[in-house]
Amino acid sequence: MKVIIRRPRREVQMPGSRRVRDLLQELQINPETVLVVRGEDLLTPDEVVKDEETVEVVPAISGGSTDEV
Amino acid sequence: MKCRICTEKAVIETRRHNTAFCKECFLTHVERQVQKTIESEKMLSKEDRVLVAVSGGKDSLTLWEVLHRLGYQTTGFHIVLGIGDYSPAAREKVEAYAEKQGFPLIVTDLNEEYDFTVPELALNTPRVPCSACGLSKRYLMNRTALGGGFSVLATGHNLDDVASTLFGNLFHWHTEQLARMEPSRQATHPKLVKTCKPLIRLTERETLAYTLLRGIDYHEEECPNAEGATSLLYKDLLNQLEHASPGVKQSFYFGFLKKGRSAFAADVNGADLRECEVCGQATTTEVCAFCRMMDQAHRTASRRNS
Ligand code: SF4
Ligand SMILES: [Zn+2]
Ligand SMILES: [Zn+2]
Repeated sequence: MKVIIRRPRREVQMPGSRRVRDLLQELQINPETVLVVRGEDLLTPDEVVKDEETVEVVPAISGGSTDEV
Repeated sequence: MKCRICTEKAVIETRRHNTAFCKECFLTHVERQVQKTIESEKMLSKEDRVLVAVSGGKDSLTLWEVLHRLGYQTTGFHIVLGIGDYSPAAREKVEAYAEKQGFPLIVTDLNEEYDFTVPELALNTPRVPCSACGLSKRYLMNRTALGGGFSVLATGHNLDDVASTLFGNLFHWHTEQLARMEPSRQATHPKLVKTCKPLIRLTERETLAYTLLRGIDYHEEECPNAEGATSLLYKDLLNQLEHASPGVKQSFYFGFLKKGRSAFAADVNGADLRECEVCGQATTTEVCAFCRMMDQAHRTASRRNS
């Protein structure tokens, strides 16, 4: 499967299919800080991503000063 | 995974509530959480004219969308900061969203109005970019709300923002800031406008999910000055704790509001507010911090150019 990670944007190929939970763990990404998206759909941790599919890991955390608006 | 409310297929799991939601139930959940915050903290009424600070990011657009859906009278306010490619792209997203929704929007360009962008302020004053930027935002938001007859200013701070700010303030024992960490601040002077943070019950991951599920086209890029910010480190640490112990961010912040904040009340600097001699905005000094920064920037820039 292809995993697109943003900020910095990079692509990771992972052989085989696996659950969202496991793919985040392998990539050492804290699930509290991202959403995993396939096309338009948000995926829950138990969802299986198949080998031929592409998913995107969208970062939720934004930074800046504490007065950020 | 199934929605715990209607048993449709879930699109998001929220471990801190030990639940999962389908799209429709999640959108309703978010809007109810905001309504609950507004009511419990007495933030807004339907009669208020609300100025919503919009950067173009997911949090501020979520705030605007939800407040509108809940029936509040909103106008967006965007500040053009003049930061590289980041600012024009942010402005574009805000304007496109406002136009699509038919929402009123006020845009102020710092450079057009005051001759300096945020990077130029950092160059011509001792302030770092985020400090010059934060001061300018606070000043312009209050001034615009006052001038436009708005009764409340709403900002899109989420649970991660306020919990990481609390973490930083505790870490450094900034007791006065700790005392001032209220989710809604009443105007204490005729030249100050009430402010509120209606998204404090939502994590950043939840505001992101709301934005994506509503199909809101938000500005995803980060400001280049955010890189390496300590607030990001604190957020990261808090999210590691959250992963190990769901709900910890919420209990940290809301527990502080309930049990901790009042302990620092005596540390609030009670200095009398008066009107700035230059611009008339509320300040504790003769000339307000914003006017002093601008004056310094002008003087340094003209020295450089002579
Ligand atoms: S990161 Fe700093 S400079 Fe950039 S928008 Fe936020 S406060 Fe302003
Ligand atoms: Zn449901
Ligand atoms: Zn002033």
